[in-house]
Amino acid sequence: MKIIVCIKQVPDTTEIKIDPVKGTLIREGVPSIMNPDDKGGLELALRMKEQYGAEVTVITMGPPQADLILREAFAMGADRAILLTDRKFAGADTLATSYALAGAIRTMEYDLIIAGRQAIDGDTAQVGPEMAEHLGLPQVSYVTDARKEGDKLIVRKESEESVQTLEVEGPCVLTVLASAFPARYMSVAGIMEAYGREVELWSADRIDVDEGRLGLKGSPTKVFQSFPKALKAPGEQFEGSAEEAVELIVRKLKEKHII
Amino acid sequence: MDFSNSKTEELFLQMIRSFAENEVKPLAAEVDEQERFPMETVRKMAELGIMGIPVPKEYGGAGGNVQMYIRAVEEISRVCATTGVILSAHTSLCMAPILENGTEEQKQKYLPKLASGEWIGAFGLTEPNAGTDAAMQQTVAEDAGDHWVLNGTKIFITNAAYADVFIVMAMTDKSKGTKGISAFIVERGFPGFSIGKKEAKMGIRGSATCELVFENCIVPKENLLGVMGKGFNLAMKTLDGGRIGIAAQALGIAQGAMDETVKYTKERKQFGASIASFQNTQFQLADLETKIQAARFLVRSAAWKKDMKQPYTKDAAMAKLFAAETAMEMTTKAVQFHGGYGYTREYPVERMMRDAKITEIYEGTSEVQRMVIAGHLLK
Repeated sequence: MKIIVCIKQVPDTTEIKIDPVKGTLIREGVPSIMNPDDKGGLELALRMKEQYGAEVTVITMGPPQADLILREAFAMGADRAILLTDRKFAGADTLATSYALAGAIRTMEYDLIIAGRQAIDGDTAQVGPEMAEHLGLPQVSYVTDARKEGDKLIVRKESEESVQTLEVEGPCVLTVLASAFPARYMSVAGIMEAYGREVELWSADRIDVDEGRLGLKGSPTKVFQSFPKALKAPGEQFEGSAEEAVELIVRKLKEKHII
Repeated sequence: MDFSNSKTEELFLQMIRSFAENEVKPLAAEVDEQERFPMETVRKMAELGIMGIPVPKEYGGAGGNVQMYIRAVEEISRVCATTGVILSAHTSLCMAPILENGTEEQKQKYLPKLASGEWIGAFGLTEPNAGTDAAMQQTVAEDAGDHWVLNGTKIFITNAAYADVFIVMAMTDKSKGTKGISAFIVERGFPGFSIGKKEAKMGIRGSATCELVFENCIVPKENLLGVMGKGFNLAMKTLDGGRIGIAAQALGIAQGAMDETVKYTKERKQFGASIASFQNTQFQLADLETKIQAARFLVRSAAWKKDMKQPYTKDAAMAKLFAAETAMEMTTKAVQFHGGYGYTREYPVERMMRDAKITEIYEGTSEVQRMVIAGHLLK
């Protein structure tokens, strides 16, 4: 079985600063991490590798610094890592990103593609589903469990309204929730080897795409305005039993004349 | 010497910090309160390879360096000093002497199981009448032809209740004083060997500190570690390495207390302002932060010398002396900054202060460290 996991490097903070002129995120000086849902996706792939035997390839599109999350993926147990990096990819919205990833994946062999539900820096949840569309593959989003049954996958999809158990034929795209797949730690031995292994650098020439649809040129999304959510009042924290919490909430709501 | 982290060390720190925060910290108060050996954490550390960081791959370790192992002890002790010393005693006091003095057969037999964490290691030197004066060993090992017979008692042995392999010092020739001491590898199951009473301690209460009792304990001939009559040297060299581990533990405790104090002084309001806004707080914290950083450099420097195979006895003693005293000072002041709350078990600084004290005592008291440093200085 060959599994491809799409991962993204994101800034690790809730206090994201925004460039007032460009309206985009300022990433400098903010620690970067592997996006949590993507890490959950990698965890699912590694569990499948342990259970069924698989080669797990991680792929990311980003600047050269995104190498870090690929090393982390190696240290967790990934077998192969690809970094799509090229100035031509810069400024991509979700459509151009999913198009580039699909272009890379089209040149590879695979039985299953896993992506995180969404990235914490954009929360769009679009790249995985769009990628499935570009590749013409079936997709299941919001996945919380997946197992193999013959050639098919039995997948649990959870949303706020429902839980569905679906049967899907491979190859397909799954987008998964981090909460369902608590990720393993990197192992010390994995860490020791991570920088001795090869991260494959792929430019736009290496993948199967129409270059006009990449990066800023291929991005119809226009950011109108980005702004941090203003805090109306500072939050308060309380500890106590469920009963005490209910009493407290009701009292607070009454104080504010909400109920 | 270069104190910047390599990319590999950065990745390692990312892992160990997240492990300490998510797996070790949540258990720290319970481990202390119930005097419970955190076996589940040891199993998790084993699975990730943390129990064998500086052991070469050919002996089943991760093939890391002393610097990485030291960082693991520091980061884990930052949230739980009990878990920190379990790792330190296992690595520095049991695996290191086997790695440095063992025969190929001994290394093949013991290191893979210790480095994988399947077995836990311990070290027995201290006796009721041989503390700082370690040369006064009463435990004897008699040559009985095809095996050794050990008789005596060791006390204050970290990890003892759960350890599988013990490095034990015993007199093979009483007439020769320190030159009559030899080291042995003792397995938990050897006939005549048993674990005695468990100590009720002030701090590091989960580390399962017990007596070792040898009553005609039969040890195979091939379990003599190193050269006969050179056990005292072996023990002293082992403690040199161990001291870097304890220095890292002390550094971690100090840093953990600083973390808590920074958080608390910013939150705690008195006289209409956070207590962090008072200059008394600021000046004291500035001094403590400086000492913690100085301790960190001493610890790193000693670890670096050990990695570079340079002599590090004096460096290890200075690192342990300074880090331990910094830990005691930092944790005492952390309690003071927390006021009445700091004296309660609701806040971790109370535990940290109790944990810090032992770092001034074990693996050589602060007085012993001063003797070692002065000895090098004045020789």
